[in-house]
Amino acid sequence: MGGYILKRLGLALAVALAVSMIAFLLLRLSGDPAIAVAGEGARQADIELVRHTYGFDRPLPVQYVDWLGKTLRGDFGESIYFKQPAAPLILAKLEVTMLLGLSSILFALAISVPLGVLAAVYRNSWIDRLCLALAVLGQALPNFFFALLLIMLLSITLHWLPVSGSDTWQHFVMPTIALGYYAAPAFMRLIRAGMIEVLEADYIRTARAKGLPASTVIFKHALRNAAVPVVALAAVQLGFLLGGSVVIETIFALDGLGYLAYQSITFKDFPVMQNIVLLLSVIYVVLTLASDIANAWLDPRIRVS
Amino acid sequence: MERRKWGYAKPGLIAGAALAGLLAIAAPALAGKKDDTIRFAYDQAPESVDPFFQNVRIGVIIGANVWDTLVYLDPKTNEYKGLLAKSWKQVDDKTLEFDLREGIKFHNGEDFDADSVVYTLNFVANPNNKVVTQANVNWIDKATKLGKYKVRITTKEIFPAALEYLAGPVVIHPAKYYAEVGPKGQNTKPVGSGPYRVSNYVPGKSITLEKNPNYFKHSPKGAAKINKVEIRFIPDRQTQMAEMLSGNGDLIMYVPKDQADQAAKVPSLQVVSGETMRIAFMQLNTLANTPTPALKDLRVRKAIAHAIDRESIVKNIVGAGSRVLHSQCFPSQFGCTDQGATRYAYDPALAKKLLAEAGFPNGFETEIFAYRERNQTEAIINNLQQVGIKAKLTFSQYAAMRDAIRAGKASLTHQTWGSFSVNDVSASIPVWFGGEADDVTKDKEVEELLKKGNNSVDPNVRKQAYQQALKRIADNAFSVPLWTLPVYYVASKDLNFEAYPDEMVRFWEMTWK
Repeated sequence: MGGYILKRLGLALAVALAVSMIAFLLLRLSGDPAIAVAGEGARQADIELVRHTYGFDRPLPVQYVDWLGKTLRGDFGESIYFKQPAAPLILAKLEVTMLLGLSSILFALAISVPLGVLAAVYRNSWIDRLCLALAVLGQALPNFFFALLLIMLLSITLHWLPVSGSDTWQHFVMPTIALGYYAAPAFMRLIRAGMIEVLEADYIRTARAKGLPASTVIFKHALRNAAVPVVALAAVQLGFLLGGSVVIETIFALDGLGYLAYQSITFKDFPVMQNIVLLLSVIYVVLTLASDIANAWLDPRIRVS
Repeated sequence: MERRKWGYAKPGLIAGAALAGLLAIAAPALAGKKDDTIRFAYDQAPESVDPFFQNVRIGVIIGANVWDTLVYLDPKTNEYKGLLAKSWKQVDDKTLEFDLREGIKFHNGEDFDADSVVYTLNFVANPNNKVVTQANVNWIDKATKLGKYKVRITTKEIFPAALEYLAGPVVIHPAKYYAEVGPKGQNTKPVGSGPYRVSNYVPGKSITLEKNPNYFKHSPKGAAKINKVEIRFIPDRQTQMAEMLSGNGDLIMYVPKDQADQAAKVPSLQVVSGETMRIAFMQLNTLANTPTPALKDLRVRKAIAHAIDRESIVKNIVGAGSRVLHSQCFPSQFGCTDQGATRYAYDPALAKKLLAEAGFPNGFETEIFAYRERNQTEAIINNLQQVGIKAKLTFSQYAAMRDAIRAGKASLTHQTWGSFSVNDVSASIPVWFGGEADDVTKDKEVEELLKKGNNSVDPNVRKQAYQQALKRIADNAFSVPLWTLPVYYVASKDLNFEAYPDEMVRFWEMTWK
C-alpha cells in the first residue's frame, strides 16, 4: 500500500507541474500582457515601461522558472490589476467557491441517489426512463443556459430568489442547482448500475427471504454496497465543480474564485490567473489522489495491479 | 416483471412530495425608490477607486461622483464653470492661475485649500508615482502655492487642452490624508469632496455611495438628491438585465440594441439612448509594407468610402442616438469640423467604376480587423462584397488587434475611439495621424498641420490647422469616418435620468419621479 501511495503521489506532483507549465505558456501566448496592462490610450513608451517593469521582456522559460521558484518559496506575486498580493486575494474568494462546490455536490447527491435507486428498483419502467431523460438533460443542457432558465423562472416570474450576489443563503440556491444538476447524471447512472448489480446478489435474496421490509433491504443492504464507487467519484467531481464554477459564478455574480478568474482573464492579470489555475489543479490532483487511495484501500485488486 | 414483485409505493406519490418542498409565498421585489437607493450594475470592477490608478469607465464615473475637480464642464452648455476653483486666468502660454473657493471640506473633515491642489498635482505629475493613464497628467510641469487659496499650474509644453483635463480626470485629493495613506489608502478608504461619499467598498464586488450632507452650496454640480447609490459589479449582461426585470435594479448601461428593444416593451422599465463621444472609423493601411498594396491607390480608397452605406447601417444596425460622420472626430470637440472636406456618398456603381479604373475590375481580397460591434463590421464586409472587395474578418481582443496594427499586419481596421471624453480634437486625430505607432498613413503634411494645432494656444490658429489636416485626410480618403456610437441605458421607470455624450453617469442630478 505504501509503495502504491508513493507512486500515485509522484504522478500527482508531475501532473501539477505539467499543468502549471501548460497554463503558464497558454496564458502568455494569449496576447501581450504589457499592452493589456497599459490600457487603451497608452503610448509605445508606456508599454515598453510596463513590459520591462513586469519582466515580460525576458524569454518565456526564464519567466517560468522565476515564477516557479518564487511560488515554491511561498511568494505568489502581486495582482497586476488590483495591485495587492495575489495569495490573500485568492484565498479570500476561496470560501464562497468551496461553499458553492460543497453545496452543489450535496445537491447532486441528494437528487441522484434517490433517482438512481428508483431507476434501479423500477428498472425498464417509465420511472427508469424518466430518470434517464433527466440525466441526459442534465448532461446535455449547458449550465449557463440552465442558469438563465432558473433566473427567468425563480427570479423574474416568481420573485422567489434574488438574481445575483453572494450575501445570503438565498443567493446560493440557483447557482447550487445549476452547478449540481450538471454533476448529478454521472452519480445517477453509477448508482443505478451499482444497485441493479447488487439487487441481483444472493445476500439480497437472503435478506428478502428473512422477511425484512423492502426499505431496509434497499437502503441498508443494497445501497451501502452500491454507493462505494460513488464516494470516489464524489471526490473527483468536487474538484471538477470547483474548476467549473467560473461560468456559474460569473452569471450569478457570486464573489468567488471563478468570478476572480473571469476578471483576471479579462484584465490579463497573469499572477492571479496563474495562481488560480495552480490552486485548482492542486485541489483537483489532491482529490483525485485521495479517491485513488480510497479506491485502492477499498478494493485490493487495484493496488496489486 | 420484477417491479411487481417488489410492490413499493406508487411512483406518483414520490414525485408529488418532491415538488411540495418548492412551494413558497412569492415576495414582491424591493424597488429602489422605496428605500431611496439607486441600484446600478456594471460589468467591470475598477482596479482602484483612486481615479488616477485605474482606466475603466466605471472608475471615471465613481471619480466624478465622489471627487471634485478645479473646474467643471457643464454638459448642457459645454461651458467651463468654477468648481473647486472660483476663477482662473491664462497668464501666459504655459501658465494658469486659479483662485480657490474657501470653506470646502473633504468627506473626512479635512479642509480644502491650495495645499490640496499643489500636493495632488505634484504627486500625480511625478512619473515615479505611476499614474495609470500618463496622458492625463504628463502635461503638468508643476503646481505652486501662491497663497492659502491661490495656485499656479505650469505645463511642460504649450497645452491648450489643460482645462479640459482639469475638468475631467484630474481630481483633487485631500493633501494630509493622501500624503498619509497614498493611492492604496485612497482605494481602501476613499476620501473626496464630491456630492457622494463612499460608505462601503468591497473590491471586485460592490461599492456603496451615500449623499454628502455637507456638500458646498455654490457647486455647479449641485448637491445629490437621492440618498444612496449601490453599485454592483455584475459581469454578465443577461444577469444585469435579469436584475432589472426582477425589479432589483434601477440602472444599467451599454445594453446591446436588441436587448434594449426588448426592455422597451417592459412596463416597469424605460430605455434611454444617447450619442457618445466614441466614434467608429476605418483605418486604411497605406504604409510601404501594407499587406494590401491596392490601398495605396487613391481610387481604391475612394471606392471603399463610396461602397459603405453608412446611412442605412446607422439607421438599421447602430441605432438611435448615432449619426453619420464625414470627419474623423466627434463634432463637439474643439477643432473638429467637416467643412470643406470631401464627402463620399453611398454609390456602389461609382465604387465599382473607381476599382476598374485602378485595375481591379473584379475587386480584390483583403483582411479586416475588428474588436467590438461585430454586427457593424459584418455589415461593412457585406457592403464591400457588393463592389467586389472580399474582406476576411479577424475579430479579436483589443490588445491583439493593436499588436497586428502596430506590426503592420492589418490592412483594414474597423476602429473606434472615445478620446477619453476629452472635448478637444487633440485627443483624437493626432493618435491616428500624428506619426506615432497607431498611424498607418504617416503623411508628413498632416503631421505638420496637427503639430501646429497642438502647439498653439491661439484658438483661431488651432482651428485652421485642424481644419486643413482633416480636409487633407478626407480628400485623400486616408481613412473612412463612419459614425458615432450610441449607448443604451435601461432604467427603472421611477428614475429621472439623462444621458450625455461623455458617457458620464451623474448620480447627483438624478431624482425619483
